[in-house]
Order: sequence, then C-alpha cells, then structure tokens
Amino acid sequence: MDYILGVIAVICIETIATVGLAVFTGFTGLFSLGHAAFMAIGAYTAAILTYFYNAPFILALIAGMIMSGLISIILGFPTLRAKLRGDYFAIATLGFGEAIRVILENMSITQGARGLPGIKHYTTLPVAIFFAVLVLWLTKNFIWSKYGRNAIAVREDAVAAEMAGIDLFKVRMLSLIYSAMCAGLAGGLFAHYLNFIQPVMFTSILSTRLTSAVVAGGMGSITGPVIAVALFIAVPELLRVANMWRLVAYGLILVLIMIYRPSGIMGYHELSFEAIKNLLRWISRGKTAGRKEM
Amino acid sequence: MLKVQNINVYYGRIHALKDLSIDIDQGKIVTIVGANGAGKSTLMWTLAGVLKAKSGTMTFMGKPYPPNAHEAAAKGIVLVPERRRLYANLTVKENLMMGAFLRKDHEGIKKDLYYVYSLFPILKERTNQYAGTLSGGEQQMTAIARGLMSRPKILLLDEPSLGLSPIYTAEVFKTIQEINAQGTTILLAEQNAKKALEIAHSAYVLETGRMVLSGTGKELLSDPRVQEAYLGVRHKTI
Ligand SMILES: Nc1ncnc2c1ncn2[C@@H]1O[C@H](COP(=O)(O)OP(=O)(O)O)[C@@H](O)[C@H]1O
Ligand SMILES: [Mg+2]
Repeated sequence: MDYILGVIAVICIETIATVGLAVFTGFTGLFSLGHAAFMAIGAYTAAILTYFYNAPFILALIAGMIMSGLISIILGFPTLRAKLRGDYFAIATLGFGEAIRVILENMSITQGARGLPGIKHYTTLPVAIFFAVLVLWLTKNFIWSKYGRNAIAVREDAVAAEMAGIDLFKVRMLSLIYSAMCAGLAGGLFAHYLNFIQPVMFTSILSTRLTSAVVAGGMGSITGPVIAVALFIAVPELLRVANMWRLVAYGLILVLIMIYRPSGIMGYHELSFEAIKNLLRWISRGKTAGRKEM
Repeated sequence: MLKVQNINVYYGRIHALKDLSIDIDQGKIVTIVGANGAGKSTLMWTLAGVLKAKSGTMTFMGKPYPPNAHEAAAKGIVLVPERRRLYANLTVKENLMMGAFLRKDHEGIKKDLYYVYSLFPILKERTNQYAGTLSGGEQQMTAIARGLMSRPKILLLDEPSLGLSPIYTAEVFKTIQEINAQGTTILLAEQNAKKALEIAHSAYVLETGRMVLSGTGKELLSDPRVQEAYLGVRHKTI
C-alpha cells in the first residue's frame, strides 16, 4: 500500500513539471530537452535551504521556483530573442540541461556528484496532491485567459500571431518562465520526497520523459499530459519485477500513442466531467441497445 | 502615407527585391502585378515587418518604419497573407477576434464585427464553424475580415483571388472597393492583373524583384507591354 501511495506521490510531482511544460511546449510549439535542469535547480535550491539553513519548507519551495524562473530567463533571452527554429531550440535546451548538471556536479554546496543525503521528508502524499491540484487549477485558468488564447495562436501560426500584434518574444518568454517555475516546484517537492538528490537524477532522460508526456498527452490539453504521466510512471512500475521490460513498456506506450492517437491521448480536448458523463451515457445506451437486440 | 525607397531584400544569397521603391497615398488602392516568383509576397512580408530590408529607407505616416511585425500591426499596417493562414482549429469568430487582439474598445470591436458580417454575410452563418472546414472563398473572406478587425490604416492583400472561382473573385474585388470607400488604404498584389488594375488608382509592375513600370491603373491596362505579358492580349509584330 505504501508503495502504491509512493507511486501516486511521484505521479503528482511529475504532473506539476509536465503541466508547466505543457504550457510551454503545447502552447508555443517549441520542444525543450532541458527541463530536468529546472527541476534540478528547484530541488537543489529548496534542499540546500532546508538542509543547511533550516528554512521553512514552503519558503524553500518558493525560493526554488524563483531560482528556476530567473535561470530560465538566462536560457530564454538569447534563444527566444533569436527566434531559433524548433530543432535548434531543442538542441540549445539539451546543452543547457547538461551544463546545469555539470555545474551542480562541480559546486561545493551541492556536494558534487555524491549528492545531498538526509533531506527532511516534508513531501507527504497530501502535500504532493495539494500542489498538483493547485498547479492544475492555476494552469487551467492561465490557458483559458486571454493570454492562453494568444499562446495557442502562437503555436498554430507564429507569424500570423505576430501580425495580429502579439509580441512573440514576450509570450514565449512568459511561458518559459511559467514552465521553469513549475519544474522548480516539482524539483523542490521531489527532493523532500526522496530525501536524497544527486545530479544524475536530472539528466536529459528525465527531460525527454517530460516532453514525451506532453506530446503523448496532446499538445493542446492539460488533462492529456496528466494521463500520460500517470501511464509513463505507473505502467513501468507495475512491471517492476521484470526490470528490463520497463523501458520497453515505456517505448511501447509511446509507439501505441503515436499510432492510435497521433494528436496525443486527449488531442486538443480536455477531460471534463461533461465528457465523462457523455461517455457513461454512451456506454449505457450501448448496453440497453444490446439488450433490446437479444 | 507609406514610402519605400530603394530597398533590397534577400533570402540568404537570393536577392529577392532590388532597389525597389513604392509610394502609397492615403485612401488609395495601389496594385502590384507580377508573375509567380516576381517578389510580390516578399514585398508584402517586408511591409508587414516580418522580413527586413538590408538597405534602403521605409517610412510610414512620415515616421520611421515600425521595426517588427507586432509593432507594424499596432501602427495599423495589416497583412492578409497569401493562402490566408487562418487558425484552422479556431472558429470563424475566434479567428476574427484574433484580429482584434490589440484593441480594448469593446464597443468598437462589436461594431466592427457587425460591419464585417455585413460585408460577408456568409461568415455570420459560419461563425461557429472551424476555419479549417471552410471553402476556399469563405477562408479568404475570413482572412480579409480578420484583417479588418484590426482596424487597419493600410490593408495589404496578397493574392486574395488565388484559388477562387470567378464568382468569388468578383465578389472579393467588389468588397475591396467597398472597404476602400470606407477610408482604408489598400495595397493589392495580384497575378490576376485585369481585375486588379481595373480597381486600382495607381499600379506597379514587378518583374524578378524590380519595379519595371508604374502608372495609374488605366495607363497600365492600356500599356502594350502589360497587355502582352499579363492580360493575354497579342499585339501584331511587324
Ligand atoms: N523563404 C524563401 N527562401 C528562399 N527564397 C525565397 C523564399 N520565399 C521566396 N523566395 C524567392 O524569392 C523570389 C520571390 O518570391 P515571392 O515573393 O514569393 O514571389 P511572388 O509572391 O511574386 O510569387 C522567388 O524567386 C522565390 O523563389
Ligand atoms: Mg506570392
């Protein structure tokens, strides 16, 4: 049972990072292969504050978010200003992610590659759920705001959006900062869940998984990526016994999604109560229709 | 109103516009005719602020030209691009509202929505339909209407008749004249030279990146070189 609850907590934490990234990737059309670095920055900032300075957990989390947000400006300013093409941007973020990891491995306060053990266990399941729900709610409002509509326009046709008077750089920068802050929050929670962090936990493999979850979930949806995160974490966990099959399962999910749902699990739609109700109605109608035939 | 002097625009090594000059007076319809690849779209993108001229000067309303696309839009320079570039996954109305993105005057937006629906009654019927599912003619109307929702001072229309049936084409040109009659300056790029020259106050002929002829619409319509190259009229040679 503890184990299942643990998996749920990890799903909640990764959901936070993924939903933030969904705003950036899904709503500007740019792919990042470096968002693990923002998780790392949030994780280390928060952990160093609680571990060495006994800072209150919530303040440490906020500091981690702010630090991630500030550093995302350093990444975003040159890359977004230059309007790098999507593939160049992805490569730039990949380099950025690796650079951050190398820096963390060589700093003394992070204790280098050995990592930080003995971080306090503040991230209980209710805490993880609380922040996941909070971020989902904020993001939903963010997307349905006028700003969110612009972001969609930017993804669909950046040039046309610009000609409508949208400042591309500003929209992209704000989405990047938002996604970095979400990743920073996820990192802070992660550190205080595992009680131990190490730079190798935040490699491009994690970045790729975050971006894959966004793509697999549907580029214009926030509930889609949540389902994708749950699948990506839960299915390999279920196969934990057959350890070597975990990565295969992960790949298989991606391939199946690409074949059967090329626009992602949810496409441009959201999973809402209305949709669930319609689905149930549809199923029950199918059943009664079936009975009549018999 | 809009003055361009000796601009040069490149795509990498390709020299797409060569020492090009153009002068657009307020309230007029100015037409640019040119064959495929002449540089009409390049000129339009440059005026919209998406492409940059390497040399030459550009002014708008006597002031330095806005440096990028979103500031050009804010100043009232609005492009309806070739092939429309609508938001296929947004409805007609949402597309129109994107045009009004910079505006805060809700009353004015409502009035303009009324106005574009009266120009294109079919769009009112299609208001909640996804733009991607419209016919070519309806998409063109939506694109023009979206441009109008920005309250342009000058509307740049890049091949609005491209891919339209003759009936739609006639309707689009009629509407362009109506829009102009309401006070909006128009720059029109067309391969469909006859119609475009007929409604033009002044016109230019663009060939491989150079302006080779200019005059009033009537003058160019009766110019033998234009007739031969763009209107399909054959002149007897000695
Ligand atoms: N994105 C581009 N990259 C390189 N060359 C281009 C590009 N767009 C247009 N060109 C070239 O510039 C010239 C002018 O093209 P364009 O402005 O599209 O002409 P038109 O609109 O009159 O058909 C052509 O020779 C075309 O091949
Ligand atoms: Mg063209």
